[in-house]
Amino acid sequence: MTTVIKVEGISKTFKIHHERHQSLKERMLHPRSGTVETFNALKDISFSVDTNETVGLVGHNGSGKSTLLKCICGVLQPTSGQIHLRGSLAALLELGAGFQPELSGRDNIFLYGAMLGFSKKMVEGIFDDVVDFSEIENFIDTQVKFYSSGMYVRLAFAVAVNVDPDILVVDEVLAVGDERFQAKCIDRIRTFQDEGRSILFVTHNADQVRAICDRAIVLDGGHMIADGPTHESLRIFREHLMDSAVEHDRSGLLASISIDSITTPSGSFDVRSGAGMHFDVDITSQSAYSGNFVMEIFTRKGLLISRSDAKGSPVNLTPGKNRVGIDLAQIPLLDGIYDVNIGVVDPRGNTVIAWREQAASIQVTYDGREGGLVELGAAIRQQ
Amino acid sequence: MSDGSTTRVARRSLENDAFRVVSARDSLITRLRNLWNRRELLFSLIRSDIRIKYKNSALGIVWSMLTPSLFLAIYWLVFGEVLKNGIPNFVVYLFAGMIVWNMFNTSLSTATGVIVVRSGLVKKVSFPREILALANVGAATFYFFIQLGVFGAYLLLVQHSPDYAYFWLLPIAFLGLYLFTAALAILMSAITVYMRDMEHFILIILQLWFFLSPVVYSYEHSIAPKLHVWGVAWLYFLNPITLIMLTFQRAFYVATTAPSTTQTVVVHGHAVPLTLQILPSWPMSTYFYLDLALLGIMVIVFLGAEVLFGRLQGNFESEL
Repeated sequence: MTTVIKVEGISKTFKIHHERHQSLKERMLHPRSGTVETFNALKDISFSVDTNETVGLVGHNGSGKSTLLKCICGVLQPTSGQIHLRGSLAALLELGAGFQPELSGRDNIFLYGAMLGFSKKMVEGIFDDVVDFSEIENFIDTQVKFYSSGMYVRLAFAVAVNVDPDILVVDEVLAVGDERFQAKCIDRIRTFQDEGRSILFVTHNADQVRAICDRAIVLDGGHMIADGPTHESLRIFREHLMDSAVEHDRSGLLASISIDSITTPSGSFDVRSGAGMHFDVDITSQSAYSGNFVMEIFTRKGLLISRSDAKGSPVNLTPGKNRVGIDLAQIPLLDGIYDVNIGVVDPRGNTVIAWREQAASIQVTYDGREGGLVELGAAIRQQ
Repeated sequence: MSDGSTTRVARRSLENDAFRVVSARDSLITRLRNLWNRRELLFSLIRSDIRIKYKNSALGIVWSMLTPSLFLAIYWLVFGEVLKNGIPNFVVYLFAGMIVWNMFNTSLSTATGVIVVRSGLVKKVSFPREILALANVGAATFYFFIQLGVFGAYLLLVQHSPDYAYFWLLPIAFLGLYLFTAALAILMSAITVYMRDMEHFILIILQLWFFLSPVVYSYEHSIAPKLHVWGVAWLYFLNPITLIMLTFQRAFYVATTAPSTTQTVVVHGHAVPLTLQILPSWPMSTYFYLDLALLGIMVIVFLGAEVLFGRLQGNFESEL
């Protein structure tokens, strides 16, 4: 394990000009006017990333995650603090940002490679791999301005992942391209992980973080509020999202409904594999509300096993104490601890009204001989 | 940096690599080292600049010779034939000055707006920002050498022989020109981010600057006598381009004095051409010392521009 990224007390302050005087005339007329407000995008962030680590950077819009990433890539200068980097770094802040539309795909591969800081010789060495990966052989000598947006993105991603970086920095770029290409990108990221490279991955898609990252850092309003194992950080992230949603909710609906507790009749969350289970969820509501009820079950590694809801029959909450029952007919899971998330959501969409992340942890004991996650009751015999 | 020989299977250990530091403000040495490390990007950008410029035009790179030639023809017609400035062999004189001027003019008029124009890149990809302006200067340098080639061909055609003894001064003068142009280019590109007017303003300044430089007239014949009266001939040399042009003209045009083609004096009842002082009659050593001093100053000017650029680029993201 070698540290490749060391971020030490990074802060970034932006000046916000309310009146921008960018022309000479305006500068002469208003030499000091225009109120300038400072905005702290990042406040004293410190963390480090080792080789062989994939770290997710999560936070809602405006939390400073992209600013932090830009500082690490050297696009922005931090106002204070230092970042130490070791090894080569390829940053995908925006796919194809360095492309020249007038040039051919071939020329752009070299130009983009040079922009990412790799030599011409090296790009020559990987040229065929890039073309292969991007699947645009037939258009490689066409000017990039005639490319479809998908081709554009594929070419850019292909260059960045093939230049053999020690550190790959990815900013929400996996949202582009068709599903098959996305899967290909994720595959390539996994290969990177197997090879022991470091990946810093920014997204607000919690599922992607769960799928890819070992560790997650949560930013909120420029502060680092969590840095730890993915499921831990994501729990903090979700709770935080809920808190800020409550703060910004004008109708007061979000504040009026809270999930108090989840209990079982026996008081224990231990269960034998294959047995059923019953949960009682206590909800306090200050107003009448009719919504959907959602339950998610995750493995400790963050894999979603099941997401179920009230199946079209709304849960009618009345002012005061409410109790919602969840019956699980059978839990065919194998040995392990599973986290349960529960929540009340808007019946039409998915707007979360109340949420408890990791409201309970089920301990499943299994004494059968199957491997994997679930017991499917397979019987194997010769016919 | 990765050395390129690493394979996908066995990763090179990074344990012995030194840390690179990204901090609030890099020192001049660090910034110069970064520039040097990213020279491949500079050459890539220069190549793409040149390619893009003539990509979809039928005549292609020929335009880089055609446009200056056209200007050359116009200036020759206006200043040589219509206004009769009396400089003999005016095309050669004009050519020597024009190639220097074109290098300076093309660089500054393209580099001034370059950071604003390519703000998308500046905000998303990490590289020393001044490379964008330097790429424009690099492309102009490429055109400079093409025009120099055309100039050479022209000299052969009209059988004008340059003063080869002065040729060794040309690299010194050119280096001075390059550094001065590069310094102004990176500075202007940064200032334009804060004051968008600069893009238009620079064109006016360049127009003026053209006539402050001895391209279409002779310094020694037209300017020096007037300034000498006031004892302020040095004022004219505050324009670094002047000395560089004089060196190029001295090497290619040669004649420091020449019989005028338009003015005559009457000697013993005969009209004989007036002898014109076209170029300063300095010895070679004076040219050398002046060019060397200019180069020294330009090194400092360039470093100064780098330092200023470093300060200015800190706020780029809030202005772009």
